[in-house]
Amino acid sequence: MLKIEGLTAEVEGKQILKGIDLEVPAGEIHAIMGPNGSGKSTLSYVLSGREGYEITGGSVTFNGIDLLAMEPEERAAAGLFLAFQYPVELPGVGNALFLRTALNAVRKARGEPELDAMQFLKVARDRLKALHISEDMLKRGVNVGFSGGEKKRNEVLQMALLSPKLAILDETDSGLDIDALKIVADGVNALRAPGFSSLVITHYQRLLDYIVPDKVHVLMNGRIVQTGGPELAKQLEESGYASVQAAA
Amino acid sequence: MTALVTGAAGFLHRFEGLQQRLPGARLPFVQALREQAAEAFRRQGFPTRRIEAWKYTDLRPVAEAGFDEALTAMDDSPALPPAHGAARAVFVDGRFRADLSMLDGLSYGAESLAAALERQEGRLGALARPVEQPMAALNTMLFEDGLVVTVPAGVAGGVLDLVSLGTASERPEAFHPRHLIRLEAGASLTIIETATGPAEARYLHNPVYEIEVAFGAVLTHARLQQEGARAFQLSTAYARVEKGGTYDNFTLNAGGRLVRNEIHTVLAGPAATCHMNGAQLLRDGQHADTTTFLDHAAPDCASRQTYKTVLSGRSRGVFQGKIHVHQVAQRTDGYQMNQALLLSPEAEIDSKPQLEIYADDVKCSHGATVGAIDAEQLFYLRARGIPEARARAMLVEAFLREAIEGVQDEAAREALDAAVTGWWDRQGEAA
Repeated sequence: MLKIEGLTAEVEGKQILKGIDLEVPAGEIHAIMGPNGSGKSTLSYVLSGREGYEITGGSVTFNGIDLLAMEPEERAAAGLFLAFQYPVELPGVGNALFLRTALNAVRKARGEPELDAMQFLKVARDRLKALHISEDMLKRGVNVGFSGGEKKRNEVLQMALLSPKLAILDETDSGLDIDALKIVADGVNALRAPGFSSLVITHYQRLLDYIVPDKVHVLMNGRIVQTGGPELAKQLEESGYASVQAAA
Repeated sequence: MTALVTGAAGFLHRFEGLQQRLPGARLPFVQALREQAAEAFRRQGFPTRRIEAWKYTDLRPVAEAGFDEALTAMDDSPALPPAHGAARAVFVDGRFRADLSMLDGLSYGAESLAAALERQEGRLGALARPVEQPMAALNTMLFEDGLVVTVPAGVAGGVLDLVSLGTASERPEAFHPRHLIRLEAGASLTIIETATGPAEARYLHNPVYEIEVAFGAVLTHARLQQEGARAFQLSTAYARVEKGGTYDNFTLNAGGRLVRNEIHTVLAGPAATCHMNGAQLLRDGQHADTTTFLDHAAPDCASRQTYKTVLSGRSRGVFQGKIHVHQVAQRTDGYQMNQALLLSPEAEIDSKPQLEIYADDVKCSHGATVGAIDAEQLFYLRARGIPEARARAMLVEAFLREAIEGVQDEAAREALDAAVTGWWDRQGEAA
């Protein structure tokens, strides 16, 4: 599914990623844990195509295709989804219009027929119900005046609608109470299938109680320094990142 | 300066030649108004940038163009823009066209000014100030026609389309329609105005509006300025709103080469309301100026102004908004916001808000912002699969929506929405 080899990247001339090697096979969920400043968010933005990051070396392929050569919208159409750490507010853009435009753009790119307003509403209502999210969310401006939890729910809703092949969750758990955390986890777990993979980026082990990863990678100072099973997350929770650093 | 004198002189020369043939030549009150206006225009000529109110808009391209009077063949049957209501008044090159209009069986009066001129003594010129505003002087001097609308007390007039078509001709033409709009107590009306013309046509459309909104009446005045790309439109509206009345103006400046939307509103009676909203959508080479003067001349009045300008290419936008709160106008509630979205580094916006407050119990706020499309917002949309051009369009529409949502009347709001969407669709990848 996702294959990262020797990836190095700079932000404003400062090297942040110093050679990342990582492979996420289809159907697996991998967690990336690491302290602040280790390069977690940079990795998620580089993968989703945000401007301002200079790739200085290495490669990333997504189902065999060169991901780094694609525009952000092409990556989304190919099945990549980034759940933002800080979802952006879009005043004046209605959430329903936003979701429908996004869904239709992705459907069009995949050669599927676009949905009209009524068809979309039906699909959206089904997803909202499954995720226990209030329908009011469709009527509001995108993330405008949303609480932290509502913004993350809206991310999960988008993920559910766009049915990605690979979902990257960029510290989606930050600032969430346990109920919101469960909604996020349920959203990811509902997508679990042989053709779905996820990269869960987090600082804390908490989210991984609900989304049990196949593998846990520890990112420090721009490199993956340790890889293990779910037990590695628990170990980090108990002994902290310092112990990993010492071991590495 | 020479060019300006020449331009003004051309119009004065035409006035002298046409004076005996213009409508109302045998009506002393009309003649007096025209003479006074000609005198004012002779004295001032076209406004120059040395005049504070014209600081950012240079009229030399207009002054240098050399205009003829419109010579439209009466058998032309031009394509009309889509209708928004059942009633329609159509002007071609500023002249009323009964054959294209639908004004029969209305619950209110709507007729050609040229035909109704002798009944307009005391009404024509009641609000316009040609001595102070040279473009109103030019209009008064040379107007040939216009629309006279009178909605009787208590009548709900519905939607009236007011259409102005400019036509192409060998020499640039100028027309100066004068529209008189009066709503009596408790009346209501929505005017949706579309001004357009062929892309290649060079003409000057110089309308003046005199608008009276009586006790408790509500006038919605949506103006869709979609003139041809080489045309000039310089409009001046004068509105007077009495006790409890509402004047809701929205001007969309989307067409034309050099355009000015100047509005003078007086809130003359207590608890009157005025909305002056607008959007300017500018492409390479366009210049659009919105200049508003608002007089809070009575207590307990409310005013709302939201103007949004989107600029692409080498375009230039201007907003000047002056609010004058008179000493008697206690408990005034005024708000003015002017925002610009620059889609190109070569675009320019000039913004000048001005508050003059002489009352002490007043709530008045104003603000101005200038910015580009937000990179975070754009990335968010693209990360969800929305192609860049569509994502930009969504953000531009979102930027404009706040101003359009200020329009209370649904028909007017929908017409504006459609015009904005259509404008963007025609942009393609231009931005």
